[in-house]
Amino acid sequence: MSDTILEAPATGDQPVVFDNPVDEVTAALKERFTEFVADDTRPGYGGLVVSADKIVEVAEALRDDLGFNYLSSVTGVDLIEEDKMEVVYHAYSIDKGGDAMVLKVQVDRDNPVVPSLTPTYPGADFQEREAWDLLGIRFEGHPDLRRILTWDGFHGHPLRKDWKEPFFEEEAKPFGSRWPAGEVFRAEEKNVYGKNVQYPEGWAPSGAEYEAETDSYAGITYSRESTPGLKTEKVTVNMGPQHPSTHGVFRMALTLDGETIVGLKPVMGYLHRNHEKIGERNTFIQNIPYTDRLDYISSMSNNLGYVLGVEKLMEAEVPERAEWIRILMAELTRISNHLWALGFLLNDMGALQTPMIYYYIERELILDLFEATAGSRMMCNYMRFGGVAYDLPDQVRDQPVMDFLHDLVYDRLPRVLHQGDELVTGNEIVRARGIGYGYLSAEDAIAFSAAGPLLRASGVPYDVRRANPYSYYEHLDFDVAVRYNGDIYDRYLIRIDEMQQSLRILEQVLPHLKATEGASIIGSKPQYALRMPNAGEAYGRVENPKGELGYYMTAKRRSANPERYHVRAPSFINLTALEKMCMGHKVADVVAILGSIDIVLGEVDR
Amino acid sequence: MYGLGVLKGMAVTMKHFVATYMDDIHWLSRGGRYYNDNALQVRQSTKGKGVVTVFYPEEKLPVPERFRFVPFLVTDELEAGQQWGHDWCTSCGICAKVCPPQCIWIERGKQPNGRPKPEPEKFFIDIDICMNCGLCAEFCPFDAIKMDHDYELASYDRTTAHIHDKERLSKPISYWRSIAPKRADAELAAREFTQLSKSKKKSRGRDAGDEPEQEERIEAAKLRQLQYQGVLY
Repeated sequence: MSDTILEAPATGDQPVVFDNPVDEVTAALKERFTEFVADDTRPGYGGLVVSADKIVEVAEALRDDLGFNYLSSVTGVDLIEEDKMEVVYHAYSIDKGGDAMVLKVQVDRDNPVVPSLTPTYPGADFQEREAWDLLGIRFEGHPDLRRILTWDGFHGHPLRKDWKEPFFEEEAKPFGSRWPAGEVFRAEEKNVYGKNVQYPEGWAPSGAEYEAETDSYAGITYSRESTPGLKTEKVTVNMGPQHPSTHGVFRMALTLDGETIVGLKPVMGYLHRNHEKIGERNTFIQNIPYTDRLDYISSMSNNLGYVLGVEKLMEAEVPERAEWIRILMAELTRISNHLWALGFLLNDMGALQTPMIYYYIERELILDLFEATAGSRMMCNYMRFGGVAYDLPDQVRDQPVMDFLHDLVYDRLPRVLHQGDELVTGNEIVRARGIGYGYLSAEDAIAFSAAGPLLRASGVPYDVRRANPYSYYEHLDFDVAVRYNGDIYDRYLIRIDEMQQSLRILEQVLPHLKATEGASIIGSKPQYALRMPNAGEAYGRVENPKGELGYYMTAKRRSANPERYHVRAPSFINLTALEKMCMGHKVADVVAILGSIDIVLGEVDR
Repeated sequence: MYGLGVLKGMAVTMKHFVATYMDDIHWLSRGGRYYNDNALQVRQSTKGKGVVTVFYPEEKLPVPERFRFVPFLVTDELEAGQQWGHDWCTSCGICAKVCPPQCIWIERGKQPNGRPKPEPEKFFIDIDICMNCGLCAEFCPFDAIKMDHDYELASYDRTTAHIHDKERLSKPISYWRSIAPKRADAELAAREFTQLSKSKKKSRGRDAGDEPEQEERIEAAKLRQLQYQGVLY
């Protein structure tokens, strides 16, 4: 890093530096569970391998005694060569911050049974269901182990390395049929049923196997118990998947007593495309544009998380200007995402279109910058390993780019935040519908592994940018926004707070951009066929607008594509807390509560 | 007082309403409210006031130079009577290998004696699959595949119309120059530079044997920097 940081006009407090508590905890665990834990000795790997029958005890000790109370991600891994299934847990300490404590459980591949951590960490619920669905790992003691992303009648577990789709071309890209003798064909015509489905061998559907009426409610509490004193019964109602308030194809099966919610099960997967399987077949660079499609509102940040993960694996250097551009893009993405989220939240609360349109006028400017820089408004595909793809453009809409940014940061965006404040913050309807609804306590937010604004609106000031800083965030002066009431209104306010903090960051970034003009934006020449120099695993995480976005990947030495590629999707995991937040409220509030979580189905369903 | 928040909000809406009409009136004497490209550039920028609607498809926002849509193949200029120009593509296959959704099919050209010829025999892009990521153009070492600006590709029948063949994909270099002038210039400069250093190398090779050309390597490194910094684009 050059000395421009020292010359920065904006000076603040010293950056918060956390000790790394992971080593300490590893030692403590080894002492307590001497016979049951061992270091992961594979080259490039870290963490502790815990024997399966002790994982619940270890997790409880971790949560209660050692302060690692936040289970961030649960990843299933198919180790086909060792004939094992592995579950990888990443746990964090909310109080101390720092790196993840990585726990691994390895079980027999033919009969993979792992004790469920859902009773200990309720946030593991959906993630364990996902690992069951995609890898066939059974979690004993899980209260509701059903498929979650694929449909109930799906045959096989698609993330297993030996699972193949009906039209299977090759194990990894690039496919040999493309070059040098490219005979063009349409893949969909090669599918047996015209669709991408397959049935068990020797079995053809007769149409009577699937009872749509009952099966689609399997696992959903349903009772004919009446309310005392009234002749009523509980009803199960489907909200979605085709419902404008669900922000995409998302279904909630509500159990209602009158109009009051007594049970809610999110049903998802309508947009499922097995991003992770695609990712494991892609070469490393081919994955970048696919990450755009996860949370398609904030593609720049998705790119950033992914390249950070790969850079950890390949140990790439990033030049200074590239880091500043990355922060610029990530923070603008945060603003544009929150503008979008607030627009829709207000829409859900009844402020139809008007605030949304006003927010979009500014969001449009941010997208204009993305388009002029990266070539696309939403599917940016901008970050590269060791830098970014292009430098900032000369001009955005006939305006020199630095002037444009200056106008944006000092004039337009502060103004729209202020205007939004005037427009709706004090509005009686917004307050009446927001205050006290969708309450999530701090303890619950941590237990449910909620992330991002959802966590911070419940009074937990946890932000990856501070807790485990990446890029240059430790050199920047900003506050972690936090609100304490944990209701819809606070989740509305915290997004405004976060945008203000992002503006503060941007104000500090602009002088650096000016100072580094013309400097290099990429460490080394990008390679189209990158071979990973080191074997190992890496977990890249960023504070995405919606919460912590993590990429877990493993690679072999000299491999062109990741061996395992897992996305910790914040909107997916945030939905775990949805039932808790909606209990006891009315149907109309569900819409607003869902809006306040801010989900994107591209990321939920992956 | 109850209702104050609502009234405050109404005032904001009113402000926007008025600002939009004031801006309309402002542009009335400067080329008109609608179908005015100059007005559009300003009203869509940070200087814009009020709310403006772009009347697509009568009006279109100009796209920036780096805008990317389905790729096309660059060819030499057409000569009179020619249907399409000479391909720049050497069918090296890098674009087909880097393509994330694998939507590029290339059949490498063959000379009569069966050896490969640096020219594609067939070239297909399935635009249904193409995700407009631009990696093919980014990694093409011959500037032979570029991302287009023409985003109006809708058709009535996707099964027959959406696999673009070489004829459909080929566009002359002047087209690329017209949609991305700055970038085309930078690429031209880079190509000329490489040519120059190559010919220098040749002539020097004749004079002074195989002396390592440090100068040249520095120059080449500089060029690479220029390309990857993107300062020229």
